[in-house]
Amino acid sequence: MAKTLTQEFTKGLWEEIAPFRLVLGLCPVLGVTTTMENGIGMGLATTFVLVCSNILVASLRNIIPAKVRIACFIIIIATFVVVVELLMQAFTYPLFLKLGVFIPLIVVNCIVLGRAEAYASKNSIVFSIADGLGIGIGFTLSLAALGAIREILGTGKFFGTAVFGPSFEPFTFMVQAPGAFVCLGLMLCLMNLVGSK
Amino acid sequence: MVVVLTVLSTISGGLLSGLKNATAARIEVQQLKFVKGPAIKTILEGVTNDPIADRFAIKDGKMERKFFVGKFGDKADTVVLESFGKGYGGDVGLMVAVNVKDDTILGVGVTTHSETPGLGARAKDDPGFVSQFKGMPIKETFKVTNDGGKVNAMSGATITSRAVCSAASDAGMIYQKLKPQLDEKLKEFNK
Repeated sequence: MAKTLTQEFTKGLWEEIAPFRLVLGLCPVLGVTTTMENGIGMGLATTFVLVCSNILVASLRNIIPAKVRIACFIIIIATFVVVVELLMQAFTYPLFLKLGVFIPLIVVNCIVLGRAEAYASKNSIVFSIADGLGIGIGFTLSLAALGAIREILGTGKFFGTAVFGPSFEPFTFMVQAPGAFVCLGLMLCLMNLVGSK
Repeated sequence: MVVVLTVLSTISGGLLSGLKNATAARIEVQQLKFVKGPAIKTILEGVTNDPIADRFAIKDGKMERKFFVGKFGDKADTVVLESFGKGYGGDVGLMVAVNVKDDTILGVGVTTHSETPGLGARAKDDPGFVSQFKGMPIKETFKVTNDGGKVNAMSGATITSRAVCSAASDAGMIYQKLKPQLDEKLKEFNK
């Protein structure tokens, strides 16, 4: 193996950070990042599914027939998504209410299926865990950053406490859908500026 | 090929049904705390006991129905029951509070639903629609005005409005069917 474990892990944090470098998985990125808390919750749920499905896909990679591999991956991913959904309902119900339909939508998140197909089905279990963790944490950080910017500008609050004085007029545009696109575009631009140097 | 897919699906199904059973009790507690609890507290404004703690179940055929007791002063004369109606995006849950002395509705509130935000979801967020049920006799079959009834539908959300009406009518039927047992049970709370 050319790359080390650490490289596999850290590539997900910057080099191949999913929403910004690969521009993948944009549905939750745009949909749930109205607050930082939602972003982190969504990111962690996705990370859990990503790591678990990577482990299972990697350990079954010699058994799964090539012709039906996508179907098998989807079964594995969907199973873990329902696990997350049930656990969230049982333990963090208010967060589940806020994320709503986006939790079941992790099944069709192309990052998860993409990692299963492009990485876990060709690599060993340990490396797949490192890959899943790296990509997942990178995804969580992206969502948290976007959520933080939108929450602070859009509502003038951070984790529910006001950060500006009473004279601050909330920039409501930022918590609406167009604000998500503008914010994501600006962040992409910044990442490219920094990366190109 | 077929074998692998079958085995995988079987394991997945088994695992999920196991987990669903294991978490069912906890999920119910969470729903009580975050969705049903607040709904009950809103419709039973000014209640003097904790309706969530004072609950009981009655067997109705194979089903077990749950009732929440509301006390005003020291008289337990209100029961709250949940019923469901078919909405636009699945079942719409409705809590119905009934005064057992004169069989009128004290208030209704939407609990769990998957209606469209901004349209059907207003049934839960906007008190204007559900407040129409206040004071109506529970024996009635509720219908929206378009169907010849008395309830004004929310504009743009007729299907959700119908779901709420049918849930309220269902609650009425359950209530009338179980009224004798209900009266028995309520006596215990009045001691």
